[in-house]
Amino acid sequence: MNNLLKEELNVINVGLKRFAADIRSQERKVTSVDWKPVAGGRKDVIEALDKVELIRDKIDAANREVIARIKASKPMLVDIDLAINCIPKMKFNTILHAGPPIEWKNMCGPMRGAIIGAVLFENLAKDEKEVVKLIESGKIEFAPCHEFGAVGPMAGVLSPSMPVHIVKDVTNNTYAYCSVNEGIGKVLRFGAYSEEVLDRLRYFQVEFMPVLKKALALTEGIDIKVITAQALQMGDECHNRNKAATSLLYRQLSLLILKAEKDKEKAMRALSIIAGNDHYFLNISMPACRIMLAAGQNVKYSTILTVMARNGVEFGIKVSGMGSDSWFDYDSNYIQGLYFPGYSEEDANRDIGDSAITETMGIGGFAMGGAPAIVQFVGGTTDDAIATSKRMYSICTDVNPSYAIPALNFKGCPMGIDMIKVIESGTLPVINTGIAHKKAGIGQIGAGIVNPPIECFYKALLSYVDKYNI
Amino acid sequence: MSKKIIEIRKNSYSDSVTLMSLSADIKKTEGIIEAVISIATAMNKELLEKVGLSNDAVKECSENDLVIAFECEDVVERTDIVTLIDEKLKGSDEEQSEQQVSYKTIKNAKQNNKDANMTVISVPGEYAAREAMIALKLGMNVMLFSDNVTIEDERRLKEYAHENELMVMGPDCGTAYINETALCFANKIKNGTIGIVGASGTGMQEIMVLIYKYGAGISNAIGVGGRDLTEHIGGIMLIDGLRMLQADTRTKTIVIVSKVPVESVHKHIMKVIEDEISKPVVICYTTDKIMENQKNAVFAVSLKDAAEKAVAIDNDMGIAIQEEVYKSKKTVSSKYIRGLYCGGTLCSEAYYYVRNRFENVHSNVSRYSEEQLEDVFTSQGHTLLDLGDDIFTNGRPHPMIDPIVRLDRILEESRKKETGVILLDFELGYGSHDDPVGATIDTIREAISQAASINNDIKFVAYVCGTDADYQNKKEQEKYLREAGCIVAKSNIDAVKEACRLI
Repeated sequence: MNNLLKEELNVINVGLKRFAADIRSQERKVTSVDWKPVAGGRKDVIEALDKVELIRDKIDAANREVIARIKASKPMLVDIDLAINCIPKMKFNTILHAGPPIEWKNMCGPMRGAIIGAVLFENLAKDEKEVVKLIESGKIEFAPCHEFGAVGPMAGVLSPSMPVHIVKDVTNNTYAYCSVNEGIGKVLRFGAYSEEVLDRLRYFQVEFMPVLKKALALTEGIDIKVITAQALQMGDECHNRNKAATSLLYRQLSLLILKAEKDKEKAMRALSIIAGNDHYFLNISMPACRIMLAAGQNVKYSTILTVMARNGVEFGIKVSGMGSDSWFDYDSNYIQGLYFPGYSEEDANRDIGDSAITETMGIGGFAMGGAPAIVQFVGGTTDDAIATSKRMYSICTDVNPSYAIPALNFKGCPMGIDMIKVIESGTLPVINTGIAHKKAGIGQIGAGIVNPPIECFYKALLSYVDKYNI
Repeated sequence: MSKKIIEIRKNSYSDSVTLMSLSADIKKTEGIIEAVISIATAMNKELLEKVGLSNDAVKECSENDLVIAFECEDVVERTDIVTLIDEKLKGSDEEQSEQQVSYKTIKNAKQNNKDANMTVISVPGEYAAREAMIALKLGMNVMLFSDNVTIEDERRLKEYAHENELMVMGPDCGTAYINETALCFANKIKNGTIGIVGASGTGMQEIMVLIYKYGAGISNAIGVGGRDLTEHIGGIMLIDGLRMLQADTRTKTIVIVSKVPVESVHKHIMKVIEDEISKPVVICYTTDKIMENQKNAVFAVSLKDAAEKAVAIDNDMGIAIQEEVYKSKKTVSSKYIRGLYCGGTLCSEAYYYVRNRFENVHSNVSRYSEEQLEDVFTSQGHTLLDLGDDIFTNGRPHPMIDPIVRLDRILEESRKKETGVILLDFELGYGSHDDPVGATIDTIREAISQAASINNDIKFVAYVCGTDADYQNKKEQEKYLREAGCIVAKSNIDAVKEACRLI
């Protein structure tokens, strides 16, 4: 028998707000749902949402497995080397870029600029004109970083002779790679390729890398999870704020570099690169996130995202249960944010870069509540940032006990973005990110907040239903 | 003309994001053309140069120095802007707004309120069934206010609910009173021992209101939606509701209210009453069919009759003699009753009463096709109109929420010589309009004077369905109506009878 008449009424109200207010006025508990048509009313998506519920137990089990694997993963910074020496499948004419696959002719300004710079840096051509000719002749092979185990911020361009940080998941013996962060201003990742930019890259290749390599050789590796956890308690969210993490890394590296490098000038220059760049850690945070999420890839039935990445034109996601080869992409959005003086929305490029891997891992925009120094990205107050973080729990599978946020009473960061929850709630992941100028080489013109396009999630869900034949 | 102002604050480091948003704010100030407030990093110095807000002093600045630079119209006072910037730099302690996490899905709301046992759904019909199923699967009962849910979906939901010992109240269920809580459209009443299960919103309201008036109270009122007693649904929820009231220790007497069901469903209900219900049952079908009483189940001829019988039984006074309402011969009249109803069941009750008195009676709630209106926007003979019908509410609020839908029709009827009586209902209570009479009274006055101008002495008969405890103040509402010249009845059926008498 239904016990309803014996219980105090406790209501969830979906729809007219008036009804909730009337119930509340009778001193009964009401929880309101801020309802909108599911998936904007798209029948095919709604049908797919209903279908996946038929295998709910399998999905839950698969997602638990993914979470367990991600939690077990242990990323360590173990080495630095030239991309060609360590990234499998990398060839002399391979150039990697951020986001999902894209052809040269469709690439945005900053990515083209970065690629021109990379080809010049590799000495495969003499000038810009020759570069373009070379590319158009098809002699350069492009591929997404993610398909080579790498990640790159903004344009994310990586060529064979660039040094890359090597982050190893010591639990699974797997590797992820990311370039060295160039700092701000005129930099390759925003599409600048002036002599100054290329010189810095040459310095990284010729001098910086060997110094850091010797230093890292003195250790078993530097535990990135530990640094990230500590930095999150010091006001970083490890995407747009890396001050604390860079400092913590510096504390470990400085002694190692001084010990390893006998040439004091070289040691000083290497240290000043790290000390002088608040975002040095970003290019270690990103491969660490990548390698942890890669541990959760390819789990049958799982609906958890393992990649979010943008190439400046399209936003792509990957879902564990859909295999590591399937991208689901759609036009990437423009960023809502604050612009540097002299720039406005009209100058902005679409959202770009692999750095959304941090949000996929549940930090970055998801940990905004713990990074009060940059909360103005979200539109003002610390309260807003905390609300943003709290909202992200509703689209995630679990809480990451390793990454606790003081401002959320040491609750762990949300982890395991579930595509089903995203679609059901219409709540999109929040990514905080830099804004690139749409023209190559001008650089960063602001920073702000962006969401993935919901269509990526619709595509993924529809394919999922097809793939598992439900 | 404009002027450029550049100030430097040595050793005044501020966070760059703070400064960016500050610059953006200042730029929005009237008279400001460009504003850059930033720390003098190499990059920022370059930017300042680019927008023409640099000078030698700026070039000399270090990364700990703050540059305040802006270009403004000549009329702008430098100090005003600088003071504003200084204030903003200090930061504010306002805007510590309480951020509530809002729930986007029922699942999420339930996760955060595990004791929730009822979901009230009033979203557009095409989405409602899905949300209802989600709520059911989470183990909650559902009150489905939404209409336009397909009969197939209704059946699916109710079968699932039945198998899982849950209730689906609705679709198109407007009224419930569960465990001392009024849901959606319901009046403030007293708690008591009469339990109601009904497939009719205003019918339940009318009975509850009258029971309150007679000094008795309600244990629970379970709405099941207007189609529950159709052949397709088979009264699944009405029967479950009956069983719940049978088991409910507070309920002494049970009232069933509905449109007249198909014979098979009626028989099934009577069988359940005979086999499983030991409490006395009063049944009120809004119909003109004479129903046959059986052991522990008596039929009422009107909503008022149902309330009276229930109270009498509940007070152990035995049942009053059934009023013989449907016996009189039909007569023809040249003046007509025009009933303009917000409440569907009240309209239905009026229609079946009037059609037994007069020839030429039409209504959009009639189950006889020949008595349907040819065009619902034009009255025909005696017309009893349910203005809550989809055709009237399309894109507009239901007339119980906003009686404004009815105003034009009142004026239209008053312009016709054939109109003798205009019958109106006003609903009070939770969910309803804050001042339904107030929203209508000017129109009534205008209608009366309009009719007078064509020498038609029309009468307004009104009924206010509500209790003294309702927040809209029933006494005041009735007073306004009387002041405007309306006859105010004590129940819906009394209003109808009065209208018939006046013709």
